[in-house]
Amino acid sequence: MGLFLLRRLVQMVPLLIGITFLSFLIVDLAPGDFFSSLALNPSISPEAIEQMKKSFGYGEPLPLRYLSWLTQAVHGDLGLSVAHRVSVTTLIGQRLLNTLILSVAALLVTWLLAIPLGVVIAVRRGQLSDKVLSLLGFLGMSLPNFFLAFLLLRLALLTGWFPVGGSVSFDYEYLSPATKILDRLHHLLLPTIVLATSGMASLMRLMRGAILDLQRADFVRTARAKGLAERTVLFKHVLRNALNPFITLAGYELGTLLGGAALVESVMNLQGLGSLMLEAVLALDIYLVMGSVLIGSLMLLLGNLLADVALAFSDPRIDLSASRTQ
Amino acid sequence: MIEPGGGIEGELLSTTGAPPARWRWRAGISGAVLLFLYTVAALAPWIAPYEPGRQFRRSPNAPPMPLHVAAPQAWASQGLLYVHPQRMVDSLRRRYEVDRDVRVPLALFARGHLLVTADASEHFFLLGSDALGRDLFSRLVYGARVSLSFGVVGVVISLGIGTLVGVVAGYVGGRTDDLLMRLCEIMMALPSFYFLLALAAVIPPGLSSAQTFVLIVVLMSFIRWAGFARVIRGMVTSIRELEYVQAARALGAGRARTIARHVVPATLGYTIVAATLAIPGFILGESALSLLGLGIQEPSTSWGSLLKDANNLTNLDKYPWILAPGVCIAITTMAFNFLGDQLRDRLDPRAETRS
Repeated sequence: MGLFLLRRLVQMVPLLIGITFLSFLIVDLAPGDFFSSLALNPSISPEAIEQMKKSFGYGEPLPLRYLSWLTQAVHGDLGLSVAHRVSVTTLIGQRLLNTLILSVAALLVTWLLAIPLGVVIAVRRGQLSDKVLSLLGFLGMSLPNFFLAFLLLRLALLTGWFPVGGSVSFDYEYLSPATKILDRLHHLLLPTIVLATSGMASLMRLMRGAILDLQRADFVRTARAKGLAERTVLFKHVLRNALNPFITLAGYELGTLLGGAALVESVMNLQGLGSLMLEAVLALDIYLVMGSVLIGSLMLLLGNLLADVALAFSDPRIDLSASRTQ
Repeated sequence: MIEPGGGIEGELLSTTGAPPARWRWRAGISGAVLLFLYTVAALAPWIAPYEPGRQFRRSPNAPPMPLHVAAPQAWASQGLLYVHPQRMVDSLRRRYEVDRDVRVPLALFARGHLLVTADASEHFFLLGSDALGRDLFSRLVYGARVSLSFGVVGVVISLGIGTLVGVVAGYVGGRTDDLLMRLCEIMMALPSFYFLLALAAVIPPGLSSAQTFVLIVVLMSFIRWAGFARVIRGMVTSIRELEYVQAARALGAGRARTIARHVVPATLGYTIVAATLAIPGFILGESALSLLGLGIQEPSTSWGSLLKDANNLTNLDKYPWILAPGVCIAITTMAFNFLGDQLRDRLDPRAETRS
């Protein structure tokens, strides 16, 4: 296991270098830069801008700038945000927690609802509940995230039952610990529904398919022939095996969630990594963009790794120490 | 992503051999809906009553005007359909009052449009107007051109790259295969939406609408080909060893001919299904970008760029009809998903589900 982890972590290094270099290249290609918008500001002297340009390594060749960024990044310093004049690590640190809370909440809701529902509709295959839930699933899958977000925001505006932005209320600091948690949950509710809907629908359909598939497997027939109760067959034999592929899926789901969260954050006015990235891109704040891309990729890769490890625990047939053929 | 076992399609095939009737009719409806939408897009200048940029400055944020059918005896004199005109009663709050006593008759097939007001000096807004007094329905119809073609163009490009890379990697194998697959892994490990945001920022301002469209679609395809390439590579590695391919080679067919005539056609089933299921992804991607102000820009419109107005709580609260483009996006996505599902049952029963 230790060796496997080490190998996977080492494999991540070239991937991350590739990703960050690509993004560095792309941001560099963008016409204009942050300083050209500063130059329009009469309250900032040209000398000050020159000074800033120098401190950001402006004008040096691209590979050199990338290398110096990389060395800094390896030491945990992601550079300075030109727009915010704060270190990128601080900015990302402030926002990352919100995005993580949102993504994990959505992941939990997705799984806790989709798997039981998938089991139910698989067992009741062909009945009305299966048809209705399957159709709802299809609708949920096809409903665009942002559109659902708009609809829920409108609901919140009409009823006043839910906050229409932010992760916490204005008076958050003055709340007692218990109400602080409630306040967060209250703000989390709508974004989580938006994020969970699409993932839930597809997961439910996949779960249904997997269970129906396994119910025809030989070992299930054997279990039934042994005289086991249908419950035991379902939960101990079918479900146990049907779940395995979904653990891998969860790792990938994290990536989808990150992307989805970025959009939902921007639409629903949440302070997260995604909305930070959008601001950074609009301001051509190169180091902030780089930092966000790096952290985003890192979370994605770690998510996949975590899923593989979890799968090894769940499925004893998988031996991680065996060399992986691609 | 991997679908365990055969999933829904496995179940269907094993029981009846053909999809049950409900799937057929769902796919039929989806096909009809898509045909209708693409026809509307193609005929946009005729169907839309106004140019997308035409501003009615006196009627900003006007609510939708419902169509009324006239009594049969009035058809000869006033026409089949009419609307009631709106009068602005509060220009600050953009409040309108409907004048129920007056009728604005509408004329079918007049002045080179499907439906316009009989009197050219009057106007009607089927789905309301935006802050500049532009007819939302017309803009929606014109926006369909951008949004619907975006999906198709995006899929053609990304599947094209995916097929090329996949076939080369799978057929040539060895170091080329290794190199291309590492590249695919990098592409797939990208946090794609973040990356797309970064890419969209590269688009220089001041490009023409057509140039922006092409750039965005190319960028998005550039991010999304890797998944296709991996699947096709997997298929090609097994197709390569099939007897008929080896027979073709033994008969002296060159590499290019073997690939073009024998290998690529064998992947077509997957390609068609993947294309149908990937189109909504492109439409959604474009909408998301435009919605955030990074995609299609004025004066060009797409469903996403129309939804940009909804990304504002005041608008969302007071003018709910600006959500209409979202309904169109949802319907299109749903239709493509249903159709793709059906096609997969037919063409590619053992395929992976890629979501």
